Amino acid sequence: MSTRPRDDTDLIAGVGLMAVAAFFGWQTMGLEIGTSLRMGPGYFPMILSGLLFILGLLVTIKSFGREGEPGTPIAWRGILFILPAPIFFGLTVRGLGFVPALFITTLIASQASVKMRPVSALILAVAVTVLSTLIFSYGLGLPFRRFGPWLPF
Amino acid sequence: MDLLANLAMGFSVASSIANLGFCLIGVILGTLIGVLPGIGATATIAMLLPITFQLEPVSSLIMLAGIYYGAQYGGSTTAILINMPGESSSAVTAIDGYQMARKGRAGTALATAALGSFFAGSVATFLVALFAPPLTAVALQFGAAEYFSLMVLGLVMSVALAHGSVIKALAMVVLGLLLGIVGTDIYTGTPRFTMGITQFADGLNFVAVAIGVFGFAEILRNLEDEHEREVMTRNINRLFPSRAEFREMVGPILRGTGIGSVLGILPGGGAILASFASYTMEKKLSKTPEEFGRGALAGVAGPESANNAGAQTSFIPLLTLGIPANPVMALMIGAMIIQGIVPGPSVVTDQPQLFWGIIASMWIGNLMLVVLNLPLIGLWVKLLTVPYYVLFPIIMAMSGIGVYSVNGNPYDLFAVAFFGLLGYVMSKLRFEPAPLLLGFVLGPLLEENLRRAMILSRGDPTTFLTRPISAGLLVVSLIVMVLVFLPQIRKRREEVFTESDA
Repeated sequence: MSTRPRDDTDLIAGVGLMAVAAFFGWQTMGLEIGTSLRMGPGYFPMILSGLLFILGLLVTIKSFGREGEPGTPIAWRGILFILPAPIFFGLTVRGLGFVPALFITTLIASQASVKMRPVSALILAVAVTVLSTLIFSYGLGLPFRRFGPWLPF
Repeated sequence: MDLLANLAMGFSVASSIANLGFCLIGVILGTLIGVLPGIGATATIAMLLPITFQLEPVSSLIMLAGIYYGAQYGGSTTAILINMPGESSSAVTAIDGYQMARKGRAGTALATAALGSFFAGSVATFLVALFAPPLTAVALQFGAAEYFSLMVLGLVMSVALAHGSVIKALAMVVLGLLLGIVGTDIYTGTPRFTMGITQFADGLNFVAVAIGVFGFAEILRNLEDEHEREVMTRNINRLFPSRAEFREMVGPILRGTGIGSVLGILPGGGAILASFASYTMEKKLSKTPEEFGRGALAGVAGPESANNAGAQTSFIPLLTLGIPANPVMALMIGAMIIQGIVPGPSVVTDQPQLFWGIIASMWIGNLMLVVLNLPLIGLWVKLLTVPYYVLFPIIMAMSGIGVYSVNGNPYDLFAVAFFGLLGYVMSKLRFEPAPLLLGFVLGPLLEENLRRAMILSRGDPTTFLTRPISAGLLVVSLIVMVLVFLPQIRKRREEVFTESDA
């Protein structure tokens, strides 16, 4: 265990930036660089990847020799329910249709809070679905299928 | 006079029943989200953007603009009543506004904020009308090299005005530029960074990026620590200020308007800087500086005027150059592009109805805000009692619908989840999202102008320095960068942001 001060947040940030830069740089390899007169599709991204790598390196170097601020808790429950919600909506909106997909999506999202009771979640999801269907589908006439082909009726 | 004739045309466009209606919806929605903490103007505009595509371009931009300045208004209401700024630009208002509320002068503080904002908004709208056309004439002379340098300046300013580490803000700009490049190369048709997913051939959907990075990340941050919000629904005293209070607020409002108008034009979020600059100035000029922080009227009047003036004048670079001054303006550019309008100097000549209609609607919207908000304050206060766990599922549902209705592409919904995670990780690592979004919007434009400039100059990079306007813009960018890294300025900058965070 070293006792020298180190800002862990910035260390992770810097290494992360370098990794992202390396990824973009690697993706650029397959692109034609071209000349400075006629730049190919890879020219500008190559410069940017290099720049990002240097910036990441600077952040990493600067993270040593000073104390970081303490971190805040991570919203695991939020990540677990908030992020899958739009993915579920994307996967089912065509098959199930707008109404059931939105209902379940809202239900999933509402579980991200520890304070949400099952009954209130249901009421909220019904209200959101009904109002959204009235506003967006009937009111604004957005071209959504209300009930999709996966449903028997 | 040309200006008057143009303004008259603008007012005739903006005062049609439909446009008045959209302006009203915009300012009410804006106030609503400004009042509700945990959802900002950027995320809301991103969400509602797709819905406005069905409207006429003028109506849709009028409504979006209304959301933007309505949010500034609503933000100050929560800043005063519960010491929680709904928008970052009203953070300064919370310092003295909340103290006034605690002393039972909440009504006076709210009225001062509203009147100051209205005055500043009116003056700044007039300034936009006055200065946009001549600036447009200058902008029409711009070639690829000038545009490139101008965008560099815009990005540098957004870095200088971001919170926290300058290097990290720079990294965000570069990452944004790279993400903006995802999609098909316009010159050769080569797909870039699409991971072989053909749905991303047209580039990442910027509504998805904005909602993910601003909206979802914000929701996740709020869910980290679920505590009850304490709402101060103390009785609000009489709203209308006395004659003495009027006299007290005139100076700060005038000065705030001046500072705000100038700083708003700067790319990179001038409104926040403007409100802080105004606060510092009032404190320096005041005969009773010890009052500041304990409920000084000038500490509300000045910054509120400044941030509203700044919000209005930030439309100048958008309307004349097609360059966004802040993330909200970046979304407006997206809205214009999707409506088939090429943002830039040609808008004023090609679409005078649109241009002047938007300007006139800003004044009308400001008037609506004063008329509506003072009587409705009670309602807004009630809204604050809606618990967050009810709000965020609604926000999630709206985001999903919003993102999907842009192109009807499910991949955009996968992208929004990805950018939500990215935005949250970024905020954990203390990166600022605003420079990323600006970089994302400007990325393709920056590359295109760079390539065009290089072709025009036959591969000679000194073209950026031999053309005087371009060289001037680059010199200014360089000066800004050097200033930001100078030790004394750096220290001062940190103070500014810690104080505005408080």
